[in-house]
Amino acid sequence: MDLTRKSSDWRSLFNTAMTVVAGAFVVIALIPLLAVLSYVAIRGLSRLNLELLTKLPPPPMVPGGGIANAIVGTLIMVGLAALISVPIGVAAAIFLAEFSRPATARWIRFATNVLNGVPSIILGVFAYAALVVTTKTFSAYAGAVALSILMLPTIIRTTDEALKIVPQEIRWAALGIGAAKYQTVMQVVIPAALPTIITGVTLAIARAAGETAPLIFTALFTQFWPNSLTQPTPSLAVLVFNFATVPFKNQQELAWAASLILVLLVLLTSIVSRLALRRKTY
Amino acid sequence: MRHYSVQADSLINSQAEETVLEAVNANIYYGNFLALQDVSIKIARHQITAFIGPSGCGKSTLLRCFNRLNDLIESFRLKGQIYYHDQDLYSRHVDPVLVRRRIGMVFQKPNPFPKSIYDNVAYGPRINGVKGNLDDLVEQSLRQAALWDEVKDKLKASGLSLSGGQQQRLCIARTIAVQPDVVLMDEPCSALDPISTLRIEELMTELKEKFTIVIVTHNMQQASRVSDKTAFFNVQTNERGGKVGYLVEYDDTVKVFTNPRETYTRDYIAGRFG
Repeated sequence: MDLTRKSSDWRSLFNTAMTVVAGAFVVIALIPLLAVLSYVAIRGLSRLNLELLTKLPPPPMVPGGGIANAIVGTLIMVGLAALISVPIGVAAAIFLAEFSRPATARWIRFATNVLNGVPSIILGVFAYAALVVTTKTFSAYAGAVALSILMLPTIIRTTDEALKIVPQEIRWAALGIGAAKYQTVMQVVIPAALPTIITGVTLAIARAAGETAPLIFTALFTQFWPNSLTQPTPSLAVLVFNFATVPFKNQQELAWAASLILVLLVLLTSIVSRLALRRKTY
Repeated sequence: MRHYSVQADSLINSQAEETVLEAVNANIYYGNFLALQDVSIKIARHQITAFIGPSGCGKSTLLRCFNRLNDLIESFRLKGQIYYHDQDLYSRHVDPVLVRRRIGMVFQKPNPFPKSIYDNVAYGPRINGVKGNLDDLVEQSLRQAALWDEVKDKLKASGLSLSGGQQQRLCIARTIAVQPDVVLMDEPCSALDPISTLRIEELMTELKEKFTIVIVTHNMQQASRVSDKTAFFNVQTNERGGKVGYLVEYDDTVKVFTNPRETYTRDYIAGRFG
């Protein structure tokens, strides 16, 4: 029997053709990613210096200046949002994965998915109506609440998944030597799932840092240092939104530099989450 | 040689056997389906009792009743009684956590915690409120599990870094570190190679001096090598098409393997089905 491959037969040709087509689409998919990253890097790098990180944005027509207030504002609001959403989200996921009945869990997971699909601008409008209108001021608080609602479903989902990956046998082992349910969860299951949970949390933080829509309605923006949580607070994303569309060259350059800082921030959190995943057990 | 000595032991002990665990007319249901029918069995102190039988005969299910691990299965329901000494384990006043501290379990797949070897063994005593230095207890437990010499220089290493056989002995050490009364073993060697299996079997023979052991096994040579008593379970299909396990025969291991009372047992042991 002749077993040599005939490169001319239809099956081999189709195989080769499909591989080439799939490869070509990979290249096409990568073009926008590389284009965006390199364009942001080229436009932003020229202003990436100490002044950018330490100075306030200048008034129109004045050269120089930086985006320090926006960096601080983003850190404050994202940090505050994490303080709100991480404990709630992780605890909710623990209830979901470890304590709830399967029927209840299905409904909560469904609700989480719906919340995950809500466009971020709606979260912004909601926080505006709930917190800005009632307190009659834009504030870092309102911005943080909007961001925390945005982060919540990501944290719940990833923590839920992380807990489900931990093998059932480990829970049995702990219960089998007389651990109570809460001891099993707190001392055995969560430590085993921790690297994956940290990854989910950092990704949620990275996503929140780049969101503009929830902050436009809630934290607004100022040209000055954020000096109170109950006043309008600048952020990188809103700074990009404001400065990119004004006709002043200096402001446009600052918008590019702020974009670059945001991209680097996302890169940094991705690296942190990768490092956490290295310690993964399951 | 071995068989004779076992026979002699069991003859001597047969007068003074103390019952540790007892099932009385136990029927086990999953939802509305009967999984195990009308089992009554007594487990004697400081003996190794083996549960054998074909897949689906309910032997593991019964084993998990003895430390209330079946509580974790939502649809599980028991009719009948399971006694530990003279306490009804399924009484409403019994705390399953306390039950499991007296009746430990070793599982089919080695399942060390993703913690250090030391912490694996120390975890049980710690949650049981043993304070202070656990070094001696950890060493003693690892020695009893015949693992000490292999791990004494790397107690800080992860339990998952050990080989399969070592992991299973670590799990045994973890179980006996809480100084239980009974150790339940659910096919503890089925994931192990023959040499590791032999080590665990030798270990079991040593451990029965201190603990009462119940082992579920698919390996009949294992049952005949290590156990003092053997319970043979079979499975039958009822009129509704469900598979129901039942206890066929329970006697001294020597008797079950050399001169079984029931034809089913004889056929199973001869390898004619199952």
